[in-house]
Formats: sequence, structure tokens, C-alpha cells
Amino acid sequence: MTINVSGEAAIAGVANTEFSKNSGVSELELASVAVRDAIADAGLKPSDVDGMTTFTLDNTDEIEIARAVGIGDLSFYSRVPHGGGAATGLVHQAVMAVATGMAEVVVCYRALNGRSGHRYSSGVAGPLLTSDAIHWGWYTPYGLMTPASWVAMYTQRYMHLAENVQDAMFEIAHVQREYAAKNPAAFFYERPFDRSDYDASRPIVSPFKMLDCCMETDGGSAVVVTTAERAKDLKHPAVIVKGVAQAAAADMESMTSFYRPEIARIPSMDIAAKMAYEQSGLCADDIDAAVIYDAFTPIVLWQLESWGFCDLLEAPKFVLDGAMRSDGRLPTNTHGGQLSEAYIHGVNGIVEATRLVRGQSVNQPAKKVNNVLVTSGVGVPTGGALLGRPD
Amino acid sequence: MTESLVSRIKPVLGLDNKWWWDQAAEGVLAIQRCQSCQSLRHPPRPMCDQCQSQEWDFISASGKGTVCSFTVLHHPKFPGYDYPLIIVLVELAEGTRITSQLTDCEPNDVDFDMPVEMVMQRDADGFQLPYFRPSH
Repeated sequence: MTINVSGEAAIAGVANTEFSKNSGVSELELASVAVRDAIADAGLKPSDVDGMTTFTLDNTDEIEIARAVGIGDLSFYSRVPHGGGAATGLVHQAVMAVATGMAEVVVCYRALNGRSGHRYSSGVAGPLLTSDAIHWGWYTPYGLMTPASWVAMYTQRYMHLAENVQDAMFEIAHVQREYAAKNPAAFFYERPFDRSDYDASRPIVSPFKMLDCCMETDGGSAVVVTTAERAKDLKHPAVIVKGVAQAAAADMESMTSFYRPEIARIPSMDIAAKMAYEQSGLCADDIDAAVIYDAFTPIVLWQLESWGFCDLLEAPKFVLDGAMRSDGRLPTNTHGGQLSEAYIHGVNGIVEATRLVRGQSVNQPAKKVNNVLVTSGVGVPTGGALLGRPD
Repeated sequence: MTESLVSRIKPVLGLDNKWWWDQAAEGVLAIQRCQSCQSLRHPPRPMCDQCQSQEWDFISASGKGTVCSFTVLHHPKFPGYDYPLIIVLVELAEGTRITSQLTDCEPNDVDFDMPVEMVMQRDADGFQLPYFRPSH
């Protein structure tokens, strides 16, 4: 028997904490604030929550947050691996839990002192003898040990095959900064840049300049998922989860899948897209706006291809035609993204995607937004979700 | 062999990879081979993904290959490495790929499909790992 979860669950509440470079509070406090505020945004009480899910990377146990916030008994809890690849995986877990009756109200959360605490740009190194540690051992001795450097290997290959990639990378960084400059919650609020600033920004790893790379942020985000039925009577119009999928394509390594026949694309996201479209009955033409995981500018390009907004190697043209802008085909990362709003491992992106469906983005496009795509981090096993208004 | 004074991060060694680094210490660029179906694989794994055999040996690679992709690292700078640092993904003549460092080459000169050859790097502390350099 196949169960289609499409339409069974809805996002009822969302919240972000303040974003900063030094929160001055614990990750438990950040998580508790995000969870409390997302529950309140849904018009629910902490005691209504009976499920919680987060990243394996998150340092804060769900039971600690449950105690702090006053959530009562839990009947569902889980964790999703693979760093930012977990973002929409949280929604995936929550949807399955509420669709099967394992829980009725699940809070997805992620909180980190990503700048004042452990920094992801500090790379990977450690003495633990795990299969993952051995995997990194093929790269760290050579100095290839930061997320930027791993993604650069795919990017150079893509630049070899596609045209106008660097111009498209600038366009992505620039459009998102323009959005952030108008978003008071964004770290780069009122701080735009132009092409000369981009060209002059410091080289990180070829072809990435500093402005192609996401930030490191202290902050937290949370999303409340419940049944579509219960969501009908809550504070905001329900944002229906029409499709949600996770995938790890064959021959996968964490961030270093350099051994597939062609590395200038993301087969894991191709699979997630196919599954989410099949569940929902939607296609690329039905999607009005998007929040696409943007740890680095070029990963947006490959995901646009995976979700069928353009053909393979055609994403630079799609982007340079203005597609991501507010009046474009697919307004994208309207909060400023992780390049310019905050880096909360993609969960602030789920918050923004929900707001776009509600019509509440600070950069809400003029057109009607019925369906929004939101994706997880790539290079790792990944996923995506299609959110929309009730049919 | 070339000498330098770097002290790099060493790989953690376990049952699935120590043999490969032992070969590098002997000057050999090894490629794991399935003893059942003869397919080659890298990085090493304890099972053949083609035929599921756990029996394997290895061959000594020719060291010849071409550049499949690359990046030049500028920032952050980790102690023990020289920057700008050229990282290459090499497609070996035998058909497997390996991630390595390109030496004896200016950052602006590295290019796709460029022929390269292995040169075994020996650090001051005696640690050895395969590098590649342009071949002519």
C-alpha cells in the first residue's frame, strides 16, 4: 500500500530569533525562544506539542527544550543527519508523524551559535575513527577541508561546461543582498553592494569570492507542523505541505561525491524533485516563488536545473534573465537567503517560504503566490518541500 | 622525492584505509581491485559495489592522469599548508579518480584535461602522500 502524504499536513507557525554574530546566550536559549515563538505564531500552547525534530548536528536535546518551554509529554522525536541537508528533512519527519497519527503537533527547530561558537568555516578534523572520519582523511591531508573548497570542485567543473557562470553568481549574490537590504531582520539590512564591491571582495577558493559565501550566524528558527485538519482553525491560514522528499543518490560521499561520471550537477536533488512533484501533482510551471539553499552562490544554479525551471547548464541564463527578482519568473530567496539574511542551516528558509505563501514576506512579490519551493543543503544527502495554499 | 617542512593533518587510520597509506609510505599509488570481478575502486571500501565481494587486492597505478576539476585555495589558511594551494581531481589512466594537490604549476596555468603525473611527496616528518605535477 502506498500512502501519499500530500495535503495531510500543514505548517501552522514559524519563528526566527534575532540573528547576530554573538548572541550572548546559550544554544538552548536560542532554541527555546524560536520554539516558543513558533508555537505562539501558530496560536497554540506549548502543551499542545507532542513531537519535536531537529538536526543530528544540533547541540540541544529536544527534552531540554521541552522542559524549558513547558512542552508536556512527547510521543515523537527524531533527528536528521547531513548538516544543512536536513533542513526540509525536518518537515519530512514531521509530516510523516502527523499523517500517521504518531503525533499531532510537531515542532521542527535548529539553533546554533554558528559564529561565536563552533564555526563551520573552521573545517573538519578530529581523531575519531569512524567511516566518516576515514572519508575526510582522503581530503584533509591535502588541505581540502572547508565547505567552500568542496563545493568549488563542482563549481569549476560546471564553469567548464556552462556559460556566464561567474556573472550568474554575482546576480544571485546581488539580488539576495537587495532583498536583505530591505529586510530589517537580515544581518545585511540596509547594506547593499554593487558589482565593483563584488569583484573586489577577497578570494576564498577559486572561483568563490567572499560575497559568494554564506555567513556564520548565531540564531535559531522553528516551524510548527500539524494536521491539515487542525491547521484550519488556527491563527494563520494553513500552509499546506503538498510535497516533501529526501534523497541520497547513488555513489554519494558527504560533500565530496567526486567519483560520479559527471560532477557538475546534483543527482540527489533530481530525485527529491521528482518525488515531491509526483506527490503533489505540481510541476515547475506551478511554482510561483522559491527559497533555494544558498550556502554558496552556484548551488542555487544546480538546484534550479534539478527542479526543472530550466534545462541542464541553462541556469545561468535563467538567472541572468532576472528570474530571481521580485518581478521575475521565480522570486527567490526573498529574505536575503543565507548569503545575506542569516545562516540557520536552511530552517530560516522554511520560515520565509511559509511567509511567502501567507503573503507576509517583507519582500512579498506583487503577483499571487500559490506554491513555493524550499530546499535543503546540497553536496550532502538533501531534500525539498513544496508548500502552498489549500486547493 | 621532494622535501618540505609542512606538518599537515594526518588521516585517521583504520582497517579500511591503513593499507593504502602504507603503500604510499612505500612510494606506491595504490588502486583497490576486486578479486572477484576485477573492477577498480577509489577511495577504498571494504566491499565491491558491483559484485558485493569482500575479497580485494590492489594494483600499482601508472601515476598518469588528467585534470577533471580543480580549485585554488586562498582562505582560510591552515597551518602546515602552502597557499595559494591548488587542489585537483585527477582522472587516472586506469579510470578511477583521486583528489590530490598539484605542484610545480602556477595557479593560473591549471586547466581541464591537462595531463599530469604522480610525484610522491615526502614531508619533513617522513609522511608520504601522492601529489601530481604537469607532465610533458
